[in-house]
Formats: sequence, C-alpha cells, structure tokens
Amino acid sequence: PAMNCRAEVLEVSVEARQVEEAMLAVLHTVLLHRSTGKFHYKKEGTYSIGTVGTQDVDCDFIDFAYVRVSSEELDRALRKAVGEFKDALRGSGSDGMGQISLEFYQKKKSRWPFSDECIPWELWTIKVNVVNLANEQERQICREKVGEKLCEKIINIVEVMNRHEYLPKMPTQSEVDNVFDTSLKDVQPYLYKISYQITDSLGTSVTTTMRRLIKDTLAL
Amino acid sequence: AMDTDLSSQDRKDLDKFIKFFALKTVQVIVQARLGEKICTRSSSSPTGSDWFNLAIKDIPEVTHEAKKALAGQLPAVGRSMCVEISLKTSEGDSMELEIWCLEMNEKCDKEIKVSYTVYNRLSLLLKSLLAITRVTPAYRLSRKQGHEYVILYRIYFGEVQLSGLGEGFQTVRVGTVGTPVGTITLSCAYRINLAFMSTRQFERTPPIMGIIIDHFVDRPYPSSSPMHPCNYRAGEDNSAVYPSVEDSQEVCTTSFSTSPPSQCVFTVTKAHFQTPPPLVTDTLKVPVMGPAFSHQLSSSRLSYQPAALGVGSADMGYPLLLAGGLNAAHPHQLIGPGKEGGVPPIPNQPAHGTQADQERICTPLDGVHYSAATPSSSEDTETVSNSSEGKCGSPHDLLETIFIRKVGAFVNKPINQVTMANLDIPFAMFAPKNVGLEDNDPMVNPPDSPETESPLQGSLHSEGSSGSSTGNTHDDFVMVDFKPAFSKDDILPMDLGTFYREFQNPPQLSSLSIDIGAQSMAEDLDSLPEKLAVHEKNVKEFDAFVETLQ
Repeated sequence: PAMNCRAEVLEVSVEARQVEEAMLAVLHTVLLHRSTGKFHYKKEGTYSIGTVGTQDVDCDFIDFAYVRVSSEELDRALRKAVGEFKDALRGSGSDGMGQISLEFYQKKKSRWPFSDECIPWELWTIKVNVVNLANEQERQICREKVGEKLCEKIINIVEVMNRHEYLPKMPTQSEVDNVFDTSLKDVQPYLYKISYQITDSLGTSVTTTMRRLIKDTLAL
Repeated sequence: AMDTDLSSQDRKDLDKFIKFFALKTVQVIVQARLGEKICTRSSSSPTGSDWFNLAIKDIPEVTHEAKKALAGQLPAVGRSMCVEISLKTSEGDSMELEIWCLEMNEKCDKEIKVSYTVYNRLSLLLKSLLAITRVTPAYRLSRKQGHEYVILYRIYFGEVQLSGLGEGFQTVRVGTVGTPVGTITLSCAYRINLAFMSTRQFERTPPIMGIIIDHFVDRPYPSSSPMHPCNYRAGEDNSAVYPSVEDSQEVCTTSFSTSPPSQCVFTVTKAHFQTPPPLVTDTLKVPVMGPAFSHQLSSSRLSYQPAALGVGSADMGYPLLLAGGLNAAHPHQLIGPGKEGGVPPIPNQPAHGTQADQERICTPLDGVHYSAATPSSSEDTETVSNSSEGKCGSPHDLLETIFIRKVGAFVNKPINQVTMANLDIPFAMFAPKNVGLEDNDPMVNPPDSPETESPLQGSLHSEGSSGSSTGNTHDDFVMVDFKPAFSKDDILPMDLGTFYREFQNPPQLSSLSIDIGAQSMAEDLDSLPEKLAVHEKNVKEFDAFVETLQ
C-alpha cells in the first residue's frame, strides 16, 4: 500500500555559535518521542520493553533547556551529524543558509538482485539561517530570542506528535530491524537517517556531494 | 461476535493506567519545578516497575499529595486533576504561575486497544509533558529560585480554576489520548505577564550572603493563608513520615504481542513491597503553627543538606570562587554573572528552623542547580536529581527511593536590591519593565555620584582597576586587597597601593566647592564696575602696550 510520508518543516535564525545547540535541541526532542525502550522478545510472540531514561540539557549559548533521552550513543550520533552540518555551514561555499533533515524510514526487504528499499514515513526538516551580530547587546538579545523561538518549536513538535498519525506496526522479532534501530544498547529509536544541505551563495540548494563534484571539476 | 463493550479486564487495566498516569504526570510537573536538572537512566532490561516504560522517579511526598487530592477517584468529566504552580517571594507575596490540567472529556474511542495503544500513547504523552514543562516561562523562573522566591505546588481535584493566572493567560496543549471511556487531555494554562519580566533582574542582584534565615520563621503568613501543622518534627526518629506505601505497590509488568492483535497478552502483577521509609537526613525544629486547615492546601517543608561544593562545578560555566578567602571575607562581592545568575551563597550557618508552609515547596534550592546526588551521598540513596554529567545514581529498585529533603533557603533582602523592590508593593520586583528603556534601571545606569565629589575624585575612581570601589553610593564592589603591579617607588616611601588607599578620598578642593565658588563669583560680579572704571582710566597705557606688541 502506498505510504505517505508526512513532512514537517521548522525554521530558525541563529548565530553561528548557536547552531549546534539549536539543532540538538530539536533533534533530541523529536527522537525523545520516536524512541522506545529495548524490545526483548519472548516465546509465543510476546515482547517486553525496556525503560527509557531522560535528562535535562542546558544550552550555553541560548537561554534554553531541553530534555533528551538518556543514551550517550544516541547523543554522540546526533552530535556528529550536527557537527558536520555546522562545519559545512561555516564553509566557504555557504552563505549561512542550510537545512538539516531527520528522516524516519522502514526497510522493505526485496528479493535478490534488488536491494532493500527504504521507505520514509516521517521527515523533519530544520531550515537554518545564520546571522551575524555586531555587538554584545545584540548577542544577549539573540540568546533570549532564540530561546523563545525554540520553545515555540518544541510546542510545534509536540503538536505533531500528538496527532497520533501513522506509526509503523510493531514488528515481530524477525522484522524488528526493519523498523527500529536496534544497534544501541539502551534505547531503541525508529530507524532514522540525518542528512543536510547547504545553500550556496547563488541561492541554489546544493548537496554536499554535488558541491564536491563541482569543486573537483573546476580544479582540473 | 466481538464484544464492543469494554471487557472487565480491560476496564480494570484502563483505570489502573489512568491512575498511574495521573501520578506520573504530577511527578513530572513537580520535578520540573524543583529548580534542578533531572536525570534518569535508561535500562535495557525492564525492571517491571517503570510505568509507561519511562524512568520517572517517584518523590514519596508528591505521590502522597497526589493520592490525597485524588482520594481514590480518577479524572472524569467535570472532575479534573490540577497541579497549580505558584511563586512565593521572600516578602510573602505569592502568585500563581501555571495550572496543569489533566481532564477527561466524553469523546470515546471504542475501537482502541487499551493494553497496547492506549498504554503506548500515554507513554508518548508523558514524553511530551517532559518536553513542554521545560518551555513554559515558569521553568526558567524555577531554575533561579532560592534567593528571592521559591516555587510551590498544589494539587487539587475537581473544577479547574484559572482565575488566579491574571488576564491574558496562555494555554498550551500537551496532548490527548483517546480511550474507550473518554479522551484524556493534558494542558497547561500559564500566566504571561511574567514572560516579559527579565529574569536578568535576578541575575544582577548579588547573592545573599550571611545569615540565611527561614522566611517563615521571620514573617508570619498574611492572614489569608492558612497554617497547617507540619509533618516533620525535630528529634523524632527518622522513621516513616508517610505511611509506607499503603498496601501494595502495584507493579506493571507488560508484555506485548506482535502476533495478531487479538492475541494481545498483558499481565499486571501485584507485588507487595516493603518500601523503606523516606530518610530524613537532617533535623529541623518545626514549630506547629496552628490548627489544621481544611482547605485543599497541604504542607511540608523539604530540606536539604547543602551539597558538597565542587561537584558539578564543571558544569556551572563559571569558576566556583566561594571556597576562596575573597568571598568569605566580603560576602557582598559579586562574582560574575554566571550561567544561572550569581553564585549561590554558602550558608555560613545552617538554616535555623523551618516552618510549615501551607503549600508544598518544590525545592528551595539556592538558585543554582547543585545536584543533590554527589559522590558522597550514600550508596543506597537515590535522589531526585542526579549529577548533571549524566551519570545517574545507581538505579536501585525504584521503590527504594529515599528522598533527600531540603532546607529552605529563604534569605535576607539582597543588599543591592533593585530599587523598585524596595517599594512596598507586592511583587514590586515583578512589575513590568519597559525592556527597551533600561535608562531607569539603576542596575544598568547607576545613579550619578553626588555633586560634592570633586571631579578629580571622580576620575580617579573611574580609572580604578577591576575590583576597586567606584566611589559612589553604589558599592557593588568592596576593594579587598589592592596589589598593584610595579608599585614600588623610590621617591615615595610607600607603594602605589598604600598611596591609592590613603588618597582615595581627598578633601574637596576649595575652589571647586559650590559654595565658595558661588561666593567668589558674587564677589567678582560686585567688583566688576569698579574694575572697569580703573581700566578705563588707564586705557592710554593699554593702547601703548598693545602697540609695542605689534
């Protein structure tokens, strides 16, 4: 059956030093809602679910705090992706605009010779605009403003989560890796992937791989 | 034929889910207003006691209050469970900040699977609650509590009362879950005219040092507030303050089935646990203040042992200078803005006595989140908040939660209180400020030095190095020890520091004093005509002189 992937878009304007924390706040809030405890399958097709812990995170550059799942592995994975995004935003080809996407998908096994399909069922896109501020007073105001904006984003995310729209069916043991990421030791998020795009100064949206190709071509 | 009515087992399960959902909701809200960062650990093996597959600790007192308010009932149409969050200043004024409402409406979803879908959606709703409790204005306020105000909670059951929130309050919906008996909705109504109150106001006032007195000992309640005998009394043995979980602790062991939904297996086991009583780690003198009040409000005081400093300092974002001699000698010295505004005082003496508060105090922690779970805390103590590094206290059996109680940190009026707060208006410090116009803010623009100071004096002080006195009435800094570099001089038999101190307040130059200046000017004016006459007489001499110059 055809599956519609619902898509949500959030936009933020932040200072360069706020990019990481703002992205982590949004991504962690989404994943808080899209992670369960580890499944333990038992006989007769039943399973039990582990416990998800949570913790508060204070931002250093934004007047803001958020809750994330207590999983160092998950935090590391998100920080890595966000770090790459931040570096790309700072890179020479960028004019300070870009977007990072968090996609939840299901795997659909195909017969050989076809490779497995990845079917997205929910896509979160955060559009980022990096601003440059002139003085300390502006930066202080930015701390507060971005904090307030992020509060709104959290409320938006929770609204979407509350719609109780499509979620993958709870899988059997043999199917669990098609629905969940079972590689972490303490929590189990739905299968997800993170990607990002940077808008170059021409205003066109260019993916990282494309930029490299063009650069390499021009260098010849 | 499928039975469309709820089976009795399903009904029992649903009631249990709703009951524990209500209890967990209260825990999440109150813990989010304690003023500390919360941290719980994930556990891949189900412990069997984590409702909704979430690690949410149970503060025994809070559970007790919630159960008392519910009195065996469940939220139903017209009967909502409300958690009221309010703020109380050290002057005794209190203000409602938020009302969290757990309500039930009539819209039923007969098709939904209780033991599976409803349960998971309730879990999701709790996660949303965790997220939303951090984004309303009261969160930031609660993280800064302790110096000038504390955050209190009150649970009541029945009709929602929003009138105390002032005009124009806003509402945020946390979420809804449909069930066969109605739709559960969770929302928050919050006061907004505080949203414009700059919390920076509290950051600027220096932390209160010196005697930390218990507000309630000093100032009795305004007459409208009822008193309630406190549960905690000094000297009594530290046995159960609360009836150890009345009968049995209900444990939720859930198994889910992935086979066709009709085979859903769900088991709930009742286990009898002997909950160790909450350990009272300090002794407090608590006077019994009066007859019990029949109002819904109930009271107790949470108290703490001041946590060992140094723990979590890496997280603070500013150096902990409290231990240094500097601060001990000059308690009024401002250490720097810090992340959460000011450095909290070390209580020089332990808080003396506490007093029944008729409302529960979330945790009157001294403004900054010193986590209670320091490495020095005992092995079997599992506290509400854990180290901010993310290392949580050992997750023993959750039912052994021993709650560390906290001492109220109400403090004296700050030395450099914002001018408005000195007015005798309730909540003067919360009066709406025109954020753009900071010109009237004495903290931003200190009042000008009095005119009698000589300009020389003024300039001497404005060039002072950091830590030196500004010489005006606004003594933010007290110069402790001025050790200027390269200060030895062969000519003067003293070093620059001594010189500076000695000549710090030179006497007024007479010509610069207004009175004498005015006097001489008056004299000048009087003598003018005489002088002019003289000059006119000698005009020829002047002209000749001028010619010699050309």
